[in-house]
Amino acid sequence: MTDMRTDLQIDQELMTSRAITILPRGETPIVPKRSIAGRALVAVVAIMTFLASLTTGAVMLVRSSAVEWQSDVAREVTIQVRPVAEKNLDAEVARAVEIASAVPGVGQVRAYTKEESAGLLEPWLGSGLSLEELPVPRMIVVKLPAGVVDLAPLKKALAEKVTGASLDDHRAWIGRMRTMARTTVAGGVGLVILMLAATVLSVIFATRGAMATNRPIVEVLHFIGAKSGFIAGQFQRHFLMLGLEGGLIGGGLAMLLFGAAGIAARMSAGTAGGDQLATLFGSFALGWGGYLAIVAQIVLVALVTAIASRRTVSRTLETVE
Amino acid sequence: MVRFENVGLRYGLGPEVLRDLNFQIEPQSFQFLTGPSGAGKSSLLRLLFLSLRPTRGLLTVFNHDTSTLSKDSLATLRRRIGIVFQDFRLLDHMTTYENVALPFRVMGKDESDYRNEVVELLHWVGLGDRIGALPPVLSGGEKQRAAIARAVIARPQLLLADEPTGNVDPNLAQRLLRLFIELNKSGTTVVIATHDISLMDQYNCRRLVLHDGRLHAYD
Repeated sequence: MTDMRTDLQIDQELMTSRAITILPRGETPIVPKRSIAGRALVAVVAIMTFLASLTTGAVMLVRSSAVEWQSDVAREVTIQVRPVAEKNLDAEVARAVEIASAVPGVGQVRAYTKEESAGLLEPWLGSGLSLEELPVPRMIVVKLPAGVVDLAPLKKALAEKVTGASLDDHRAWIGRMRTMARTTVAGGVGLVILMLAATVLSVIFATRGAMATNRPIVEVLHFIGAKSGFIAGQFQRHFLMLGLEGGLIGGGLAMLLFGAAGIAARMSAGTAGGDQLATLFGSFALGWGGYLAIVAQIVLVALVTAIASRRTVSRTLETVE
Repeated sequence: MVRFENVGLRYGLGPEVLRDLNFQIEPQSFQFLTGPSGAGKSSLLRLLFLSLRPTRGLLTVFNHDTSTLSKDSLATLRRRIGIVFQDFRLLDHMTTYENVALPFRVMGKDESDYRNEVVELLHWVGLGDRIGALPPVLSGGEKQRAAIARAVIARPQLLLADEPTGNVDPNLAQRLLRLFIELNKSGTTVVIATHDISLMDQYNCRRLVLHDGRLHAYD
């Protein structure tokens, strides 16, 4: 019997069996998963999230460094003892150290030796300096623990008991530092806001662009009786995933970059360049807060993408109806 | 089934493109809608398809006054109407099977519930061997049949077709017309918008002729 079948019959059988085997098992998503516009949107979202995350991370690094500088300076006060004629400078310094050590709440008190004082002046006056020949004041560094220490009694006792002594609590320096830190952080926050606004706007426009290619799908769904919520839901889900994909790529890269920079900074600690960087930017560690901010940006960008697509669907439906 | 009473339609502040329409479409009837280009055929089809609402007058579809229905109610009502577009409007990333099954999917039905029905219909319209094919590889006639299958799969009570024979050769046009007649015999009300006078001459049925925004019915 088989031998008697014509070529046409065999062809028909093959076609029928092929038709049955290629019948889809899973459902193709109503909104196409991969399209040129979709890939372009992922790229835009990834780039913008990366830039926004870099900005946020950098601002957070500068902020924490500024706070560190400020607290470092604030945890130290200096007593300066000027040489006065007919007074033994060493004895005055020793008395000042004694007075400072007696103040409750004060930590380590250390007077700079003559050699150390000479070392401080070396860049200006050269080496081999004899302090005996010059009326150079002596420095006493007083370390303060974290928290508030009332320095008024110390100031008063020094003025009364040590000739030529004055207390410098670095107030003017801290004031300038605080102003600088606040200006830097405010500028940084402004930059982050601008960057986020640019990210949100470019994501909205890129989403609209990607949606324009999907207009025929919106129309067909509308014509076959799909409710607005169903159509909007299909696109919202799809674009939420695109936004998340782009956000994870951009934000993930930024996190990796900060992580690598932190590791590199730790590895270069102890070298001249590494110490300089550590002085300027602290430990270069972003901290959990920074990483959380980047994750929040990824979520924000994905939500913006989903909401923008939903709004575009609503507008498209308004023009179709 | 469908009732027009003094219906007028204008776009924005423009002139009325449809004026004083007064006619009915009876259940299980078959009619051609014709008229010169620009006479308002597409606008009338959009009114019938609930894609537009009249700017004046009363349009009743399946005993519902369309002016009082919400968007979701209109969508539900639209499921009882099938439409075949002149340009097919198949989704290129979905197979013929998935395109035809789309109305069921939109209704939230499970694939196992409609699978056999869709395959059976595809065989009936001669697309049994094109079930897994994507629209870009289908011929014009195959696309047209897929579009018709999608329009009728959910067994609509009213079937609207916009120039269904405009893109096919006379032979296929004959076959498609026979398909519409079969559907009508099985109880579906059919409205075919066409310019093709020879096609209309082959089947003696009601003609709705639009001219300058007004409609004349020839029973």
